[in-house]
Amino acid sequence: MTAKQAGRRLPWGAMARMTGRRALAAVPVLLLVTFAVFAVAAASPFDPVKAYAGTAGLTASQENLDQLRANLGVDRPLVPRWWDWLTSALTGDLGDSSVMRQPVADVIGERIGWSVLLAATAFTVAVLLGTALGVLAARRRGGWLDRCVSSAAYTLEAAPAFWLGLLAIWFFALELGVLPAGGLTDTASETVTFGQVASHLVLPALVLGVSQLPWFFLYVRQGVADALDEDPVRGARARGLSERTVLLGHALRSGMLPMLTLIGSRVPELITGALLVESVFSWPGIAAATVQAATSVDFPLLAALTVLATAAVLLGNLLSDLLYGLADPRVGFDG
Amino acid sequence: MTARTVRPIRGTAAAALATALALTAAACSNPGSPGGPAAEDGVVVGIAYEPDSLSPLLGYGKDGNSKIFDGLLAFDADMELKPALAVALPEVSADGLTYTYELRQGVNFSDGKPFTAADVVFTYRTILDEKTNNPSKTELDALKDVKAVGDHTVVFTLKYPYAPFAERTVLGIAPQHVAAKQDVNSGPFTTRPVGTGPYVLTGWSKGEKISFRANPDYWGGAPEVKKFTMAIIKDDDVRATRLRSGDLDGAVLPPNLAKGFKGDKTKKTYEATSYDYRLVTLPTHHEVTGDTAIRRALDVAVDRRTMVDKILEGAGKPAYGPVPTDSEWFTKGTERAHDLDRAKRILDDAGWKPGPDGVRVKDGVRAAFPLWYPSGDKLRQDHALAYASDAKKAGIAITTQAGTWEVIEPRMKHDAVLAGGGSPGDPDFDQYLLLKSTLGGDGFNNMAWYDNPVVDKALEDGRRTDDKAARKAAYDTVQRELVKNPGYTFLTHIDHLYVVNDSWEGLSTQVEPHDHGLAAGPWWNIENWVPKK
Repeated sequence: MTAKQAGRRLPWGAMARMTGRRALAAVPVLLLVTFAVFAVAAASPFDPVKAYAGTAGLTASQENLDQLRANLGVDRPLVPRWWDWLTSALTGDLGDSSVMRQPVADVIGERIGWSVLLAATAFTVAVLLGTALGVLAARRRGGWLDRCVSSAAYTLEAAPAFWLGLLAIWFFALELGVLPAGGLTDTASETVTFGQVASHLVLPALVLGVSQLPWFFLYVRQGVADALDEDPVRGARARGLSERTVLLGHALRSGMLPMLTLIGSRVPELITGALLVESVFSWPGIAAATVQAATSVDFPLLAALTVLATAAVLLGNLLSDLLYGLADPRVGFDG
Repeated sequence: MTARTVRPIRGTAAAALATALALTAAACSNPGSPGGPAAEDGVVVGIAYEPDSLSPLLGYGKDGNSKIFDGLLAFDADMELKPALAVALPEVSADGLTYTYELRQGVNFSDGKPFTAADVVFTYRTILDEKTNNPSKTELDALKDVKAVGDHTVVFTLKYPYAPFAERTVLGIAPQHVAAKQDVNSGPFTTRPVGTGPYVLTGWSKGEKISFRANPDYWGGAPEVKKFTMAIIKDDDVRATRLRSGDLDGAVLPPNLAKGFKGDKTKKTYEATSYDYRLVTLPTHHEVTGDTAIRRALDVAVDRRTMVDKILEGAGKPAYGPVPTDSEWFTKGTERAHDLDRAKRILDDAGWKPGPDGVRVKDGVRAAFPLWYPSGDKLRQDHALAYASDAKKAGIAITTQAGTWEVIEPRMKHDAVLAGGGSPGDPDFDQYLLLKSTLGGDGFNNMAWYDNPVVDKALEDGRRTDDKAARKAAYDTVQRELVKNPGYTFLTHIDHLYVVNDSWEGLSTQVEPHDHGLAAGPWWNIENWVPKK
């Protein structure tokens, strides 16, 4: 098979060309998205000045509030405000977040690592566990494992991540008391240590991973099951290859293809899932900041975070297309 | 490429899981260790909301007890002013326009630099600067200028005589040598402050917790509580559970959850009285709520005692005005008893006659109006429903409606709102903002557009003189006028409940404002707590 050669020498040139084409296509998408964020935020009923002032706004004079409106720059029309943000963002100045009272770059810098850690762990859990369970279920379709996991998968797919999160807190933190209910470290701890973070990561990562798991499980199960009925597998069995080789080397390999597409298309879901999970577990990540930025109409922070999310989605798609091209050379890198 | 990146992550995850299991086992082996999770000299408390910023220039700690900073003055347990960074209470000129403070010498900021008059001048001037996004600067409206005389004296000049000005000088002083070099609105000082206070900030994980460590060089003596952590837990049930599990040493709780700790010998419940009122605005510009007879009828038709007993489970007091009944500024004899027959008589006499559906009518106008409350606020919802049900008995139809502030605010001129607020310290603070006619519709001030010339004059008299008897007389006038023409129906003053591990001494509560948990609460003076013998 050609895949063997592809495994040795990757088609770097074709891959780079596709990446370049995608990067160019991303520019108008990002422009449109940032403008849409500004437009939607401007149209929202939330008032950035009220959000900024908080309870102090209840006793502030109108003059004070008007001054705040001018200082925050939210009294200006939509288009110049967006244009100014865009031009200064291109020079590297992302502006100041009004809700965090900090430069946007600092807000993102402090949080992105924790979000990536959470999302990567959850994604790994979902992909590995989903694939393993999918292969096992496909091997004996209709068996007890298949029936249990499949019905659990459909239930999980219908369950929102925040609900799973609350359930997990209730069970593991409140009923059993074995895992912390939220935060990055213990309440009394001042420093961020590896052990602390690891124990606090378990619940949110598991919840986020488990909420993504059904997709991977169902795709792999279907793909592998279909592959097991196909000629190459029959041929491999006829040649007397071990069941293990047949299952992992042949059936899984061709059954994995739809899952590679899935990896890319699950990224947006992962981000929205993280949004809910971070809020439920008070995880100090990007997603929790997004919720705050949105409800307090914090234009610069909201725009930067949306660009980040859009970029993640575009990258996810690119990644899955690249993987697909590698796994199935017939598809190629034409984008 | 992917295979290479996946492997280390998988390794990390495995390590993470292994560590988690190990930790879990460790945690299981000593359940319920006495003294909670914090070290012997540490305290962890759960509060409901966090500040937006820790910079006094942006409004943090404006009412004192900011832990990181000191004001020129501070409130003691009885809300009396006492000197802090000033050595004595200010000298006030005869015309009430000049306040002179002598400053404490030998005080250093936590970075070791000395505190001087320049820092005071810098703090107040920065707050007043129009480029500073401080939403509370209205509170310093009376201040014209502040200047330093030498290194240890500051002189404040006012635009008009304002008796409660000294109460405003409890706000924290920021170091000029740190804060002046940064953007006041977004510089690192807002999240990594440097102050003269009893505690130093060691970390602020937004939405999670604020951690402090005792300042060993504090001018008032190093605190005995060496580590202090405020965990931000918005959900009441979660806070109660974490207090029970030992994760917290103390927490602010609603009455129904605080009750669950009654039998716990290791914990003590503190009930703080407050200026925290709930009221119904009766907008002057609505033809029903603007009618004095309707207002007076509602004022006696409402059963405040039942609200306190049922909604607050006894943790509160009936309210007849912004000033709570146990305050020295309360006008005795202005309490209004629940009297449904009297309410009906008032309405009958004024020409509001019962219509066919039981709702009163006068000149073709039905005695009906909408009452808004912020959605999600259970306490206000309960108050609103109880109010509407009391009003119905008198023949006034109130439709309660929930909405966010974005929905409510544009309607405030004509529709009634279940509002709340309250700041102790001076009777001027609440009454002026609620009742002064010129503040009608100014932001959230005077939401009902209350307009009463006698009250207007009394409010001005009350803030312009420093003579206590004259001030008392002025505020008595205001409260008596509120009986004759109640532009708001005041319902309750709410007690705040705190449950704290009984392992420290020196705990007390102040009279608390509407916002509480952070600066208010039994830990208002945590720097003075000592371990229980």
